Amino acid sequence: MRDMMVLIEPLIPGLRRYARSLLRDADAADDLVQDCLERVVGRWHQRRADGNARSWAYTILHNLAVNRMQQRARRGTHLTMENAPEAALAEPPAQESPLHNRDIVAAMQRLPDDQKAVLLLISVEDLSYAETARVLDIPIGTVMSRLSRARERLRREMADTPATLHLRRVK
Amino acid sequence: MTQRPITEDDLQAYVDEALDPERRAAVAAFLTSNPEIEERVAMDLHHRRALREALAPVAKEPLPARLNLARLAEERGKSRFTGWTSVAAALALMLAGGAGGWSLRLASERPAAGIGSLAQEAADSYAVFAPDLGRPVEIGASDEAQLVRWASRRLDRAVKVPNLSAAGYTFLGGRVVPTPHGPAALYMYDNGSGTRLVMLTRNMAIDKNAPMATDDRGAVATVSWARDGLGYSLVGPLSPRHLHSIADQARAQSSGIS
Repeated sequence: MRDMMVLIEPLIPGLRRYARSLLRDADAADDLVQDCLERVVGRWHQRRADGNARSWAYTILHNLAVNRMQQRARRGTHLTMENAPEAALAEPPAQESPLHNRDIVAAMQRLPDDQKAVLLLISVEDLSYAETARVLDIPIGTVMSRLSRARERLRREMADTPATLHLRRVK
Repeated sequence: MTQRPITEDDLQAYVDEALDPERRAAVAAFLTSNPEIEERVAMDLHHRRALREALAPVAKEPLPARLNLARLAEERGKSRFTGWTSVAAALALMLAGGAGGWSLRLASERPAAGIGSLAQEAADSYAVFAPDLGRPVEIGASDEAQLVRWASRRLDRAVKVPNLSAAGYTFLGGRVVPTPHGPAALYMYDNGSGTRLVMLTRNMAIDKNAPMATDDRGAVATVSWARDGLGYSLVGPLSPRHLHSIADQARAQSSGIS
């Protein structure tokens, strides 16, 4: 149990962030993280001792999120971009930030789910390409092509927003 | 001075700072001489940073009490053996909710007994317990001996949990569930990426020995058989053929039990 606390507890903030980025609803996301942690607790002894606790925890969370999103889609209560509560994700943009955080979050949300997962796991959660492949149960080549497509699409999306002016200028 | 050509993967890894120093320098040199691609990569870098900044505050929020890992571990330890009431509740729900449709279907298409009935019971159990996120099983795999004692007592014969790990399915645990033909032992398995299988086993009044019968029910398939008065039905969201190959492994193991 002690190694579980050491290995898993520091991951919880990131797991929350990933869940909330996917589900956009803070309460639903925390429900999911709670489910995930209960499974982690319950299956800790079944985990391969040489396994990677981080990719294992993200795998459990990701699969729960996929199930939840499928349930939502079946029930027809899926949030659309138009009525997604902004507050669920984006805090008020920091005044000094030259980058339009809301825009980038909104553009990320418009990505197809499979591209979104890859982008978030790699760019935000700092998983390696190999870890991401394991979490999503796809070949690493697929990870790379989804990542490339996600970034390409973000560029297109952001090109349609006024923030582009800033982005082009910086650097 | 030939050099490995720069690939799209290199450009992505450059953005993620995942290249070794040598390769990173090669990509940087490439970008200097390709301004259009350099601009593209610069945009990607900015988007990456902006997204990280935008989402960072979520990870800095204080954790709510329900995400306290130590407490979750402690609660699990306490609640493990106090779930009898949940079986009763599930039974009541199944009876109350399903009574109308149940008798109607019994009269028409539901096989009333035998292997067909067992397969239906297994599919019903799968539908109730496999999607259960909180408590899919009553007794976890770590207490397999306890589960086996419970099931053997209720079925009034020795039962054993089939091992499906060769097929990639880990035993999660199980419970005793009600069927119209008496108690049945339910075992649940998981392949680690969300696909679950359920094995239901109970005493057979008829079809005491039956060859494997496969049934494609759309979302799930069942493979059922009986040997020496004990019936088995394996359910899962797999193709009938795939499920059949897993059922073969389970049956090979069951041959040793009287």
